[in-house]
Amino acid sequence: MDNPNLNLTPQLAVDVRNVTKTFGIGETKTVALKSVNFEARQGELLMVVGPSGCGKTTLLSVVAGTLNFEEGEIDVFGSSLHRLKPAQITEFRKRNIGFIFQQFNLIPTLNAVENVSVPLLIGGMARRAAEEKAAAIMKKVGLGEKIKARPYDLSGGQQQRVAIARALVHEPRLIICDEPTSALDSETGHCIMELLYEVARSPQCCVIIVTHDNRVFQYADRMTEMEDGRVRRVHENPARKNGSAASLLVPV
Amino acid sequence: MYHVALRMLLGDRPKYIMLVSGLTFAALLMSQQCGVFFGLLSWTTSHMRNMRASIWVVDPKVEQINEVKPLRDTDVNRVRSVVGVAYAAPMYAGLMQARMADGGFKQVQIVGLDAATMVGRPGNILAGRLEDLRLPSSVMIDTDAVVKLSIGRSHPLKIGDVFEINDREARIIGICKGAKSWTGAPYIFTTYEQALRFAPPQRKMLSFVVAEPAQGLTAAQVARKIEKETGLKAFTEEEFFWSTIWWYFKNTGIPTSFGTTILLGLLVGIAVSGQTFYSFVLENTRHLAALKAMGASNGLLARMLLLQALTVGLIGYGLGIGLASLLGFIFLNKGQPPFFMPYQLPLATFGLIFLICIFAALLGIRRVAKLEAAIVFRG
Ligand SMILES: Nc1ncnc2c1ncn2[C@@H]1O[C@H](COP(=O)(O)OP(=O)(O)OP(=O)(O)O)[C@@H](O)[C@H]1O
Ligand SMILES: [Mg+2]
Repeated sequence: MDNPNLNLTPQLAVDVRNVTKTFGIGETKTVALKSVNFEARQGELLMVVGPSGCGKTTLLSVVAGTLNFEEGEIDVFGSSLHRLKPAQITEFRKRNIGFIFQQFNLIPTLNAVENVSVPLLIGGMARRAAEEKAAAIMKKVGLGEKIKARPYDLSGGQQQRVAIARALVHEPRLIICDEPTSALDSETGHCIMELLYEVARSPQCCVIIVTHDNRVFQYADRMTEMEDGRVRRVHENPARKNGSAASLLVPV
Repeated sequence: MYHVALRMLLGDRPKYIMLVSGLTFAALLMSQQCGVFFGLLSWTTSHMRNMRASIWVVDPKVEQINEVKPLRDTDVNRVRSVVGVAYAAPMYAGLMQARMADGGFKQVQIVGLDAATMVGRPGNILAGRLEDLRLPSSVMIDTDAVVKLSIGRSHPLKIGDVFEINDREARIIGICKGAKSWTGAPYIFTTYEQALRFAPPQRKMLSFVVAEPAQGLTAAQVARKIEKETGLKAFTEEEFFWSTIWWYFKNTGIPTSFGTTILLGLLVGIAVSGQTFYSFVLENTRHLAALKAMGASNGLLARMLLLQALTVGLIGYGLGIGLASLLGFIFLNKGQPPFFMPYQLPLATFGLIFLICIFAALLGIRRVAKLEAAIVFRG
């Protein structure tokens, strides 16, 4: 690591060592991750930035256990993903990971609280209990009034808050977000980031956000810069919360 | 998660309706066509239900009951002389023209019964007495004949009324209820001698010899004995029934044409529901991938898809069988086309619809099993 401030190594949430991921074969072969090393700590909000096509989403996917990889090792909260069988990885995702997507990915035929309850249902909780818990978490993200609303009747920001509630409802320790604010206006983006920033304050958790959106860089505890399938630079965010980090990193 | 699966299904109205209607159509087509087919086949053996006898003796070339090759009059006695025959009687069966009040003609099925034994007598007499058949020119007509021959009359035919069969007077002494015949001709019962008077004279007039086995012997044993000793062909009731059905199977295009329609129903069911369900799965790929990312196992997703497929299957089956039964009910009330739905038919239809749904679900399950959860991150 090129940052001298990192010498007191807090507990790691995610530890990626020499991971390589290739897509396709022959002429169309793309090496999306080239022996990547990457760390995320417990209790931090980590942003991953870099030009389009540099492998950010791919990195997020392998860390979340939604994409397999050929080489290297990944530990997430002590579980070694490279050693788990597919069924075990599914089980691992179910318990440990919350997902937030750029396009929200809510199921349109379910209302908000039903959408939020899905991870609990997948975990085997009964419907009523799951929806009660989901309603409680919706209040926390400020959507107590919109419990019965359909995704189509909600604004983009409200939908993303439903998605955040869904990502948090089963109390996962790792929250994975790919471009959570890019589809939102700046003010709504800030609201969303405030919520995620709060989550990252609990010492057991870790929030990893891939973003191009320099309006929200200020929320990062640390930044990981990627380029061409590699991590180029990791640094503490000097402009944290109050200042603007945009001056530090301008994505291509 | 199962209510989530149902909500996803019901939420997609167009696909849901498409799936249900495809399966309804398949269930309707298969069960309704089978019902008409069975009805038609049952019509071919209506003689056996209207004239009951344990043993039917016919010309050696006869294979089915609607095909009459007259025997010699002496054949009755030859059958009677076979040891093991309790009694044997002549029977006439033939189509003739009945004149209606408006001057038109209607084809009728004349059955001539042995006046002494009345073997083959109608089973369900609604009005009148069978003995009165022995009176000159007497006939007992079935309810179908009442409807068909009353055309042009001020009131429906009743006991005491007179009409003409082959220009000879026939007096109604009774009304019975019977199974519909293959030709659509209503049944008219009379004595053997009277039937011969109605019929145009021919060298040989005896259609069947009907016989009963002596006590302690089975119909089959006696039938074989009759065949050996007389050189005629003898069927038990059951043998004649299946021989008749089988004859229509082999010698008419009926099974092929119905079989084609039924197969069509099956194929349409498979094609429409398989294709619609698959595109339903494709359109929900993002959501299914998101569920997978959130930790839903392949097994859980497979069960959800099965539930969705079987739900539309059950609804489609219910509607299809319901409609088929309704149509059948209307047919039976109208008297045609033929319709017969044995309990095996809804069961078999259910089995086929079930298989169609399993097939459709498997297409989706295969797709979902291969699905990369990581695609949820892609735009
Ligand atoms: N499923 C795939 N099949 C083939 N190539 C892929 C696949 N997914 C990603 N790639 C390739 O891998 C490389 C990294 O892609 P990735 O999506 O991780 O980039 P990214 O940093 O997230 O880009 P963006 O900022 O545009 O989202 C790209 O060259 C991309 O074309
Ligand atoms: Mg990306």
